[in-house]
Amino acid sequence: MMKDDGLKGKRILLSHGDGGALTRKLIEEIFYKKFYNDILIKDQDAALLPACDRPIAMTTDSFIVKPIFFPGGDIGKLAVCGTVNDLAVSGAEAKFITTAFIIEEGFKMEDLAQIVDSMWQTARECGLTIVSGDTKVVEKGSIDGIFINTTGIGVLPAGVNLGFQQIKPGDKIIISGNIGEHGVAVMASREGFSINLSSDCAPLNRITQSILKNSQGVKFMRDPTRGGVASTLKEIAISSHNVDFCINEENLPISQEVNTVCQLLGYDPLYLANEGKILAFVAPEECEKIISLMKELPYGENTCCIGEVQEGKGDVLLKTIIGGTRKLNLLSGISLPRIC
Amino acid sequence: MFDLRQMSNPLLLKEMVKKTIDLGEKVLDKTKKRPVFMEVCGTHTVAFSRSGVRGLLEGIVDLRSGPGCPVCVTSQQDIDRVLEISRIKGVTLATFGDMLRVPGSSSSLEKERAMGADIRIIYSPLEAIKMAAENPKREIVLLGVGFETTAPAIAVTLQEARRKKVDNISVYSLHKTMPNALISLLEGKEFAIDALLLPGHVAAITGYRSFDFIASKYKIPAVVAGFEVFDIISAISSLLNMLLKGESRIENLYSRIVTETGNITAQKMVNEVFEQGDAIWRGLGEIAGSGLLLKSLYREFETLVRFPIKITEASPYASACRCGDLLMGKIRPFQCNLFRKICTPNNPLGPCMVSAEGACSVYYRYDVSDGESGYDER
Repeated sequence: MMKDDGLKGKRILLSHGDGGALTRKLIEEIFYKKFYNDILIKDQDAALLPACDRPIAMTTDSFIVKPIFFPGGDIGKLAVCGTVNDLAVSGAEAKFITTAFIIEEGFKMEDLAQIVDSMWQTARECGLTIVSGDTKVVEKGSIDGIFINTTGIGVLPAGVNLGFQQIKPGDKIIISGNIGEHGVAVMASREGFSINLSSDCAPLNRITQSILKNSQGVKFMRDPTRGGVASTLKEIAISSHNVDFCINEENLPISQEVNTVCQLLGYDPLYLANEGKILAFVAPEECEKIISLMKELPYGENTCCIGEVQEGKGDVLLKTIIGGTRKLNLLSGISLPRIC
Repeated sequence: MFDLRQMSNPLLLKEMVKKTIDLGEKVLDKTKKRPVFMEVCGTHTVAFSRSGVRGLLEGIVDLRSGPGCPVCVTSQQDIDRVLEISRIKGVTLATFGDMLRVPGSSSSLEKERAMGADIRIIYSPLEAIKMAAENPKREIVLLGVGFETTAPAIAVTLQEARRKKVDNISVYSLHKTMPNALISLLEGKEFAIDALLLPGHVAAITGYRSFDFIASKYKIPAVVAGFEVFDIISAISSLLNMLLKGESRIENLYSRIVTETGNITAQKMVNEVFEQGDAIWRGLGEIAGSGLLLKSLYREFETLVRFPIKITEASPYASACRCGDLLMGKIRPFQCNLFRKICTPNNPLGPCMVSAEGACSVYYRYDVSDGESGYDER
């Protein structure tokens, strides 16, 4: 985005959150400037949304990320993608989103404008309308820069009925591209490593809508964010009944950069966060078709099948490249760097 | 020249596994029992479990983990002392992340941090210098937990601190060194180790000659190996070969990193700052000459000189936790009654379940086997 020079040097003050004249100015000059739409501009205390005869999907998420700007995105893009993707993998078409900001006193106005701009760009890309918002400012030191909460509303198309109960032995497990890239990109930029890798932060609603529209074979989807692919698979395995998931290490799409950083710091890419990936469980006979549908769309180019569902007791088993087997469990505690 | 990329060629690796199993069966024929190999280093424990090699070779070799995870071998009283230090007003404790969740007698650094202690995770000890310069009113205590591998970085940090006249930094050195710990294990009469897989990272610093005594005095074959799947299979294969031929040598299979004499520069740095002293190891107890203490020239940087901590008697170890036996190779995690039942990564009762390289945590995370077949306690 073009930096607005008029904002240079300006900072968020406590008065920007007091509900008075400065709050009004902030709303008009920063938020409305980008988010403007017919619903928002009515300026009522609650957004009035059109009636709908389909089931509604609703989700909320709060976003904290350090650094606030990272290779491949920023907290604003993340806050929209995160909520859109939760709606998308539930099978819903994302329609509306609300956003609430908690901002630290002294935060740079131009940074806020840039975050708002990337939220707007991402919402536009997803076909989303931003219908309501809130801003609070807290004293310096109370939080680290800026926290954002978004709540999303979507509509479930006719015929869509996803659920882990649908997962059956024989089903295939698909991932929409390279894993661990958000985790590594954020960690690298936090620690000041210079690597040629961006976060995968991206909206996935186009992909999910395409496969749901063109195939009856999708059983269940999740976006493997915090805890990574391994934790997400394990959660699903625990919830599903009498199944194991068998994953082939050889098929896992992992970039050289992610592998190198992980080896260096002792992380496992299977446990690193993704912000633009879908894990899909699909009927075997539809697997090829779904993969090619996903590959045609942006953010799905590297889609591949990584394993399959078998009868079992809730284990996630990784077949290693040499033919050995190891278990994948939930991530436990924060990922801690190794000592020697 | 050998192409490094070949090291991860699945076909090649599968063939190596097959050949190693054939070799292992020959050894079984000859000796009528599965040989016990110890992987000394925690990174090897991870490599065996993560790759699935441990499971694939289960039938031919009994692989035990050793005292090679720095967090795990730190004694309970030392951990209690670290917690005590973290509570001192004005102290910022800088530590590698692995120590954070290790349970002391009644707390952990993670809990102390939640209670208000200033505990920072660092990736490199040199970060502590910056921290000290930026916080002149605070006392930075650098927690020196590690082996020969970590000591050079701590040494260079103190050299820097002295050069830059940074005086609000000190080190609590719990560093340990491998050779005397291995001697203590090999002298132990409780069970016999048939071969050793030596720690590659340590050998990179000390040189592989520093392990000669294993073959010359104890007549046990040993290899220095790297951490790729290729490396660990080669290591097992080489050890089996030596057993079959009745040889005991130190073989260096990690020549891309490890030399005869090691990293002389690093050794010099360590020798300028540290001297050998006694250390208490969890499980192995007090071992003379197995710790690194600050030399008198650097005594001013010793945390315990700056903050004399009253050494309270540590409460007895979590009653049934068997980390000690595990670190001596006496048992595998499955033989501990707490493993997977009460002791899990979310509720670790001992350090081996905390550290990413602790055997309990590694087995919990990766191993499919329940250990019910053929793992006798020794």
